Amino acid sequence: MKLRVAVAAVALTLLVGAAAASRGAAARANAGTVRITIHYSSFAPDRLDVDPGETVRFVIRNTDPIDHEFILGDEHVQLVHEEGTEAHHPPRPGEVSVPAGETIVTTYTFPNVSGSLIFGCHLPGHYDFGMRGTVTIG
Amino acid sequence: MRNLFARAAALTILTAIMLTAAAGSALACGGLVTPNGTINLLKTTTLAAYHDGIEHYVTSFEFAGEGSEVGSIIPLPGVPTDVIKGGDWTLQRLIIETQQRDLQRTALFSANAEDSGGAQVLLEKKIDALDITVLKGGAIEVGDWAREHGYFLPPDAPEMLAFYAERSPIFLAARFDARRAESRGVQTGQGTPVHIVIPTPNPWVPLRILALGRKASETVQADVYLLTDRRPETLPQAERAKSSDDDQRGLIQEVSEPASGTLLTDLRSDRGMKWLPESGMWLTYIRINETAENLKHDLAIDASGYGRPNPIAAGYPAPSATSWSLLWTAMAAIVAVAFLMAVTDPAVRRQAARVFRP
Repeated sequence: MKLRVAVAAVALTLLVGAAAASRGAAARANAGTVRITIHYSSFAPDRLDVDPGETVRFVIRNTDPIDHEFILGDEHVQLVHEEGTEAHHPPRPGEVSVPAGETIVTTYTFPNVSGSLIFGCHLPGHYDFGMRGTVTIG
Repeated sequence: MRNLFARAAALTILTAIMLTAAAGSALACGGLVTPNGTINLLKTTTLAAYHDGIEHYVTSFEFAGEGSEVGSIIPLPGVPTDVIKGGDWTLQRLIIETQQRDLQRTALFSANAEDSGGAQVLLEKKIDALDITVLKGGAIEVGDWAREHGYFLPPDAPEMLAFYAERSPIFLAARFDARRAESRGVQTGQGTPVHIVIPTPNPWVPLRILALGRKASETVQADVYLLTDRRPETLPQAERAKSSDDDQRGLIQEVSEPASGTLLTDLRSDRGMKWLPESGMWLTYIRINETAENLKHDLAIDASGYGRPNPIAAGYPAPSATSWSLLWTAMAAIVAVAFLMAVTDPAVRRQAARVFRP
């Protein structure tokens, strides 16, 4: 009887684990590169783990028929862009416009301290729509 | 009578649907927002009449004023054979009929289709100060066309366009030309009715697109009038109006009854409405009062008498290979768990040993 319960528990754990795994864990850079796809005004992946001081090359592909942005920084940076007036951004590390259907590359070196940053799009309504992700440094 | 219609017109308020192409101060990066920062769409009034296999879709586009050119995109269930200026009082007359109890033909367009490699432009037409374009294309093509023509698409537009393009790749884009509106003396708030003639075996009314660009909790309000040969069945099914609930949510059926002779006579006397039979039509009035996050489907209509509105026309997903494979996976997992439980049962093992003993 105990064996049956144990087997059932293991099977259930495996099923639940598989379901949780299908939601996706935070992504890590592969050979220094992270590929991010924008689809239906969402970033995928939307969670990243990096090491302090790591330099990451972001390859951002916009599959939507509308323009987007990839703005990486802390909350202050996000606020500046949310209230900003730049229609398009000159390419700065971690701050790029990603036109409809295009792929843009930006390289960013993370600070040498643990913490977290946000990446988001600040075209009108996009950030409120949920177009954002997090980077955990540490 | 006209004064009565004019008063009723004041109740009609706004056309809905979406998109703005505008100049104006930029409040955020990208800056393509109207001077007041957003699209202000309050309520839509629409007539979807179905007779002899043809859907007659009448809606009104409201001029939002100088300096901001508000445009809309309406998904259509089929390629229209005609887009004309709508009658002057059709929508208002329907409002009077249902809400005040208590108080030129053009050629087929497909032949002229222009293939630009993206969205196909099936028709371009000017109706008063409105520029109308009928497009055929997938979500990306239509989105590209809209962007390239100065429409501002909100962030939920890509998914919304895909939702519609999977069923019917036909869209109607309408935008006021501010200069033409000014020269014609069009006032802010004044509506231009448009009548779209669409042959289709599966009539439906686009509802989900009313939620475009709105926050999830925002309330979408619209009035939908149906005129059909028989009493229609709709999907989703509209709930009967509850007199005790002033803020009843969902799709609310306010009226369902044979259309009166006076109503049909009045409607037939309006521009472009001679196709309407003199009698034997059924009038349904459905009021939409729902949050944007819950407005996930369109209104499929079956007026054939069979009472089976098409779920796909309403935007419900067709059973896909993916959903079947998920079902099979789940079933296989259940069988595997049951098998493991059985083989670990001592009684089962003893019985199996007896069966398989040489």
